[in-house]
Amino acid sequence: MSNVAIFDTRTDAKIPLESPLAYAYRRFGAPAATARSRVTLRERPFLGHLILRGGAIVLDEAVREVLGISLPGEPQGLVLDAEGERSIQWLSPDEWLVIVPGGEEFTLENRLREALAGAHFAISNVSGGQTLVELEGEAARELLMKSVIYDVHPSHFPVGKGVTTVFAKTTVILRRPSDARWELVVRRSFADYTYRWLLDAGEAHDIGVER
Amino acid sequence: MFNIHCPYCGELREEEEFHPKGQAHIARPADPAACTDEEWGDYLFFRDNPRGIHHELWVHAVGCRKFFNITRHTVSYEILETYKMGEQPSFTAEYPQGGSDAAAMHPAQVAQQAGVHA
Repeated sequence: MSNVAIFDTRTDAKIPLESPLAYAYRRFGAPAATARSRVTLRERPFLGHLILRGGAIVLDEAVREVLGISLPGEPQGLVLDAEGERSIQWLSPDEWLVIVPGGEEFTLENRLREALAGAHFAISNVSGGQTLVELEGEAARELLMKSVIYDVHPSHFPVGKGVTTVFAKTTVILRRPSDARWELVVRRSFADYTYRWLLDAGEAHDIGVER
Repeated sequence: MFNIHCPYCGELREEEEFHPKGQAHIARPADPAACTDEEWGDYLFFRDNPRGIHHELWVHAVGCRKFFNITRHTVSYEILETYKMGEQPSFTAEYPQGGSDAAAMHPAQVAQQAGVHA
């Protein structure tokens, strides 16, 4: 076990929790999906986000043991578990993003630290700093084409790929876990901006927001 | 707008994701205390401004956030190659068509400098 002070950021105390988009919903509204909607937006707040840093080989062993999925070794790789609930994404040659259902991240962090004992690594819990926004529907790709500089054509962006790129005037981690669904990992402080941009750009596609 | 090949991401990415960081291959003096003022000043402030092949340090700021090197032609602006930290360029002033012998570096050495292994 490494000599690092860690603590569970989730408490049992009755503190009202608000998603990073809570203010944007109140201030800018959330148009409901209709039959005409060609794209829907859904936030998946309060997930557990961990950043793993270290050597690919030792991290891969630990992740296989603890999470049961392998670490994507190739650039732009994204690996999901059988249920599609847990994912690991390549961010840079020594950095990976792990997203797990909310509440699991502290146990996972502890188990990874145990499995990695002695190795040179770092794990940061960044759950509070970012949120996940999903886009689904036939116009999702068109909407992304207006928003990101990366080529999102299926021939260039197959399922199982994820990149960090420029979105409007900010950055996002863009991933494609399945054929129809795109995921955007956005910074909490830019969640409002991203949401408003998506509503505006999605107006032409009658974007609907599922809450 | 043009594309730059990131050696760490292994693909061409838009220029907007990158940021230039000046001249590459500047070695910090091993013993700064033993430097003369002139040597230290040269290291800190003086940079080459060649007409032709120039080696530059760039960072994939929005992306993998790794630093890497670019060999660029300052007249045509052509990017001749991009290579990882710790590697040597194959295009140099002596070898403007590429194929500098110095380019051969042991892969393990490169991997270590790139921080790939624990």
